[in-house]
This record gives sequence, structure tokens and C-alpha cells, in this order.
Amino acid sequence: MSFPLGYTGPVSGVILGLIFGYVLENAGFGSSCKLTAQLRFRDWAVFKVMFTAILVAAGGLYLLQGLGILQVSDMFVPSVMIWGSSLGGVLIGVGMAVGGYCPGTSIVAMFSGKLDGLLFLLGIGLGTLGFNSVFHSIEGWVWAQVGPDGLTLPQLLHLPVWAVWLLLFAVLVIVGYLTRANQSASRKSSPKASGAGLATQNS
Amino acid sequence: MSNTPRPLWNPYVAGVLLGLGLLATFLVTGNGYGVTGATTLATAAVAGKIDPNTVAPHTYLHSLYEAGLDRWIVWEVVGLAIGGLIGSVLAGRFKFQIDGPTQAGRTLRLILAVIGGIAAGFGARFALGCTSGMGLSGSATFAAAGFLFLIGFFIAGAVFGQLMKGLWK
Repeated sequence: MSFPLGYTGPVSGVILGLIFGYVLENAGFGSSCKLTAQLRFRDWAVFKVMFTAILVAAGGLYLLQGLGILQVSDMFVPSVMIWGSSLGGVLIGVGMAVGGYCPGTSIVAMFSGKLDGLLFLLGIGLGTLGFNSVFHSIEGWVWAQVGPDGLTLPQLLHLPVWAVWLLLFAVLVIVGYLTRANQSASRKSSPKASGAGLATQNS
Repeated sequence: MSNTPRPLWNPYVAGVLLGLGLLATFLVTGNGYGVTGATTLATAAVAGKIDPNTVAPHTYLHSLYEAGLDRWIVWEVVGLAIGGLIGSVLAGRFKFQIDGPTQAGRTLRLILAVIGGIAAGFGARFALGCTSGMGLSGSATFAAAGFLFLIGFFIAGAVFGQLMKGLWK
């Protein structure tokens, strides 16, 4: 058996996507209150969920590479586009602060019954059309790549993979420790938002 | 549906499960999770039906229109939607409502959602991925691009989060 398996049909997509949506919903990420509370530093769940997931998946991928079962370079590893990657992150950060969601969480919100999730999704379509209409004036620089294809942090920092993993794990532990207290319980951001009041007990 | 929603999962538990799902996705497909790959294909499909000029040759959307919708990423987003629906219904969190800043009225909430979506949709084409495809999946391969994306995302999110703070009091 060689990885990736190459199952890219509908069944693979629906099952793997279902796990994605189910976990995001139960993490509270269908709530714009919960998501934007991270941006106001009231609730660190977004950071904790994302960082934990990155460490688990990266740990698994590089462990399997170490065991000779797969090569991470056979997976899709995006290259650094100095303007595209950074400004794209900036615009999506602005989008979350203003609109309450990112693309994936807007879909979870919409399927939790939230009309603003649907409108955010329609906005994504409009933004995509906007990009399409200005594409020719920005294509010269927007995806300009720096560094080699699929540049990774271990290559960039000249550190072994395990050192990068431990460094990121240390960041998670430190942030987790500093934000461990139930600091938002006394000043709940919104009792109206679904689950947000309960969420603070867990974060 | 119960009146009191079930508590959310502990964020570390949710993170481990999300990481395992993401790892499985890499092992099965060679890609991680993504969302705007699908929304872009869907936009191309709809726009092409309404106004063929938007997907004419030499436009960005042309090849995406040609690609059609029977793609893994589209099925994955269908799964994402079903997973969100099952999750919210089982937890008693499904509710028709307009979420958003507590100090904003319904119309303003909906306007802000559209504006935020436009910024995200535009930005996702810059980065060729969103918080899922680039921030989460990219970073899970330790790609420098994923971390560059996340740094931009959190800095801009925090700055604009401060600017929006008054609406959330």
C-alpha cells in the first residue's frame, strides 16, 4: 500500500468532509460570536483547536515519513507566494473580523440555520468574481513565488522536523497555560449566541 | 431538539479529532481539507450560466468553469455541510437566526456578513486557499506558506477585531 491512496471520488469527499464539518460544529465554530471572540482575545478556542490539529496532523505525517511509509513531499505542500499568501491571510482575517466567519465556518453556520452564514457565502462568490475581474492587472505579482517549491519551516529555519514540532508544541503549551483560566466566564461576550456561554467553561 | 444546547467540545479534544481527520484526508487523497477550491468552482459554474463572459477564455475562472463540479473538493464541502447540519441538530444548536454583532441590527449584520464574505472570497484567491486549505492544511505539512498565511490572518483579524469591538459589547 502506498500513500496517498488516491481515493478522490465522491464517497471519500463526503465522508472526510463530514468529519470536518461535525468537528467544526462541535468546537463551536458555527458561531460568529465564538470565532470573533478569538480576535478580541476573549476566547482562545480557535487558536487551540487549529494549533492542536496542525500538530496532530504534522506529527502523524512526519512520523509516517520517518517510518518510511510515506513521503510528505508526495502530499500537496503549498509554495510561498510572498504577496498572495500574506495578503490572502490578511483579507481573510479582515473578513472574519467584519463578517464573523471564514469560508468553511460560514458553511457550518449556514447549516446550523444561520442566515448570515449564507450571506457570507454569497459574499465569497462576489469576492471571487471581483478577483476574476481584476485578475489581469494583478497576475504579474500576486502569485510571485519566493524560495523553492513547497518550502517548509524545517528547510527555512534549518532545523530538524522534530525541533520545529517541539517548538510549535511549546507555543501551544505556553498559550494554553496563560489562557487556562476561565477568564471569560465573568464577562461573557454574548449569552444570546448559541453555545457561547457554555463554551467558555471548556476553553 | 432540546432547549438547552449540549456543551461544546473541549478545544484540545476537538483539535485532536480535527487533526486525525486531516491526517486521514492526506493519506487518502494527498491533499488536506479545503473550502474555497469548491466555492470557486461553484462560482464559476453559476457565473458561467448567467454571463458566459465571466468564464470566457483567458479569464481566471475559465479553466475552473471547464473543470465542472464533479471534483473531490466539491464533494468534501458537501460532506462539510452535512457534518455541520448533523452536528448542530444532534447538539440542539440548530436554530434559524441571524448571528452576528450583538449591538448591530439585523440589516447591518447581514450587510457585514456580505462584506466579510467578499473580503474572504477575494483573499482566498490571493492565497489560493483559505483558513482551511492554506492555514490548516498547509501548516500541517509544515509549509512556510501556511504559517505566513496564519500570521497575516491573526494580525489583520486582531486589528479589525479591535475596530469592530464596539459592536460586540
